[in-house]
Amino acid sequence: MTPSLSPNPIDDLRQLLTYPFMVNALEAGTIVAVLAGIVGWYVVLRRQTFASHTLSVMAFPGAAGATLAGLPTALGYYVACTAAALAIGRTGRGGRPGRAQGGESAVIGTVQSVGLAAGFLFLSLNSAVLSGPETLLFGTFLGITRGQVLVLLLVALGALATLAALARPLLFASVDREVAHASGVPVALLDALFLLVLGLAIAATSQLTGALLVFALLVAPPAAAQRLTLRPLAGLVLTVVFALLTIWLALAIAYFSIYPVGFYVTTIGFLLYLLARVLAPTHHPRHR
Amino acid sequence: MFAHEFVRNAWLAGTFIALACGVIGWFVVVRGQVFAGDALSHVAFVGAIAAAAVGVDERIGLFALTLALAGAMGVLGRRAQADDVTIGITFAWILGIGVLLLTILATSAGGASGITTANTLFGSVYSLSAGAAVIAAAVALAATALVLGAARPLLLSTLDPELATLRGIPVRALGLAFLAALAVVSAESTQAVGALLLLGLIAAPGGAARVLTARPYRGLALSGAIAVASMWGGLALSYAIGALPASTAVIGLAAGAYAAAGIWSRLSGSGRAGG
Repeated sequence: MTPSLSPNPIDDLRQLLTYPFMVNALEAGTIVAVLAGIVGWYVVLRRQTFASHTLSVMAFPGAAGATLAGLPTALGYYVACTAAALAIGRTGRGGRPGRAQGGESAVIGTVQSVGLAAGFLFLSLNSAVLSGPETLLFGTFLGITRGQVLVLLLVALGALATLAALARPLLFASVDREVAHASGVPVALLDALFLLVLGLAIAATSQLTGALLVFALLVAPPAAAQRLTLRPLAGLVLTVVFALLTIWLALAIAYFSIYPVGFYVTTIGFLLYLLARVLAPTHHPRHR
Repeated sequence: MFAHEFVRNAWLAGTFIALACGVIGWFVVVRGQVFAGDALSHVAFVGAIAAAAVGVDERIGLFALTLALAGAMGVLGRRAQADDVTIGITFAWILGIGVLLLTILATSAGGASGITTANTLFGSVYSLSAGAAVIAAAVALAATALVLGAARPLLLSTLDPELATLRGIPVRALGLAFLAALAVVSAESTQAVGALLLLGLIAAPGGAARVLTARPYRGLALSGAIAVASMWGGLALSYAIGALPASTAVIGLAAGAYAAAGIWSRLSGSGRAGG
C-alpha cells in the first residue's frame, strides 16, 4: 500500500475511505474530537491544564501495566486515568493550579512522575512490548479495531451525558467558585466528578494521539475558541468544530505521509491557537 | 558496589544533580512554576532527539532547546511566568516535532534510535561515562551555587514582588535568570533521571520540604537533603535489585518522602496544613 496524492481532492478522499482501518481511524477520531473538545472547554475555563497533562501521562503506565498483566491496553488506560483523577482530586480543591499554592501543583507533579516511573518499571519488566514506549507516548492511528471504536463511543456517550447533567452548576462553579459555594452548589463534589470525566476523556483521546500529545485536542481547540468568544454555547460549538478540523486534517495528511499522526495533530492545534491569538490579540480581563 | 567504575560515576553525577534539583525545586514549588518545570523537562527530550537527528552531541541540543523555551516563557509571561495554556500548547507542539524527528531518525539510521529514546525519556544514570559524570556534577554544582547565591533577592521577589521592586531588585531579570537555571538543570538531569521523570525530583522534595517547614532556609536545606537521600537510596536499591530501573527507584523514594511528610504534618498537627 503506497498512498499517493492526486490532484483531485475527491479522488483522494475516496482513496482514503477504501481502507477499513482508515474508516475506523476517522470514526474514532471524530468521537474523540467531540469528547475532548467539550471536556477541554471546561479544562481551559477552569485552568486545569497541568492536571490534565498529568492525567494524560497516566495513559502510559496504564497501557504498560495492562500489557504486563496480559489485559487489553484500553482497560489499562481507563483504570490508570481514573485512579490518577481520584488521587489528584483527594489532595483538595481538585488540583486547580489557577488558585493553587505551590504545594498543590507539587502534588500533581509528583503524581505524574510516580505514574511515569511505574510505567517505566512495567516496560522494563516486560520486554515483549511490541513497539516500545514510542507508540504509547506518541500514538498511532493504525490498527484501531471496530471493537475499540464501539468502546470509545460508549465511553464518550457516558462522559458527555455526565457532563451534560453537570453543565450548569459546573459552569457556575468554574466561573465563580466562592459565589457558587455560597449559593449551595456542591463545589467539591463537582470538582471530583469533573476530574473523573476528564480522566475518561483523556484515556479515550490518548489512544489516538498518544499520552504526551493529548493537549493538541484537549487544550488547543478550546483555548483558541475562548480567545474568540466567551459565550458558553458558541464557544463549545466552535471548540468542537476546531477539534474535528484538527483531527480530520491530521489523519488525512498522516495517511499520505510516512510521518506520525502526532506531529500533524499538534502542529495543526498549535497553528489554530496562534491564528486565534492573532485574530483576537487582547485577552479578556477575566483571563488575567 | 563502589568497586565498579560505572557505579562511582552514577553516584558522582547523581548526588550533585539531586542536590541541584532539590534546591531549585524548592523555589519552583514556592514560585508555583511546577508546570513550567514540567514543560522544560519534557522539551529536553526533543532537544536530545534533535541533536541526534542533526548528528551533534546530545548535550548541545538539550541545553539549546531548554534555554530557548525558558527564554520564551520568561519574555512572553508577565513577571516572567507564562500562562499555563500557552505553555501547554507550545510544549505539546514541540513534543510533536520530537515525534517527527524520531521517525526521521528511525527511518534513516535505523536500529539504535529505540535505545536513545528510552535513555532520553527515562534516563540511564548507570551508563554515564567518567567525563560525562564530572561535567554533570560541575554543571549541577554551578547552578546550585548560583541559585543559593541569589537566594535572598530571589526569595523576596518571589514572596513580595512589589517590595522587591521598591528595594531595587530587578524582579523580572531575576525571574528570567531563575528559569534559565531551571533549564540548565533540566537539560543536565535528563541524562541521569530522564526527561519524563525529572519533574519528580524537582517537585517532590520541594513539596515535602514546604509541608514540613515554612522557614525558607530550613526548607531549602531540607529539600536538597531529601533529593540527595532519594538519589542515594534509589541508586543503592536499583543496584541491589536488578529488575528495578534506577530512575523508578529514585522517583519512588522522593514521592514516598513527600507522602510521608504529608502524613507526618497531618498527624502532628503542628506543621502547615496541606498535603
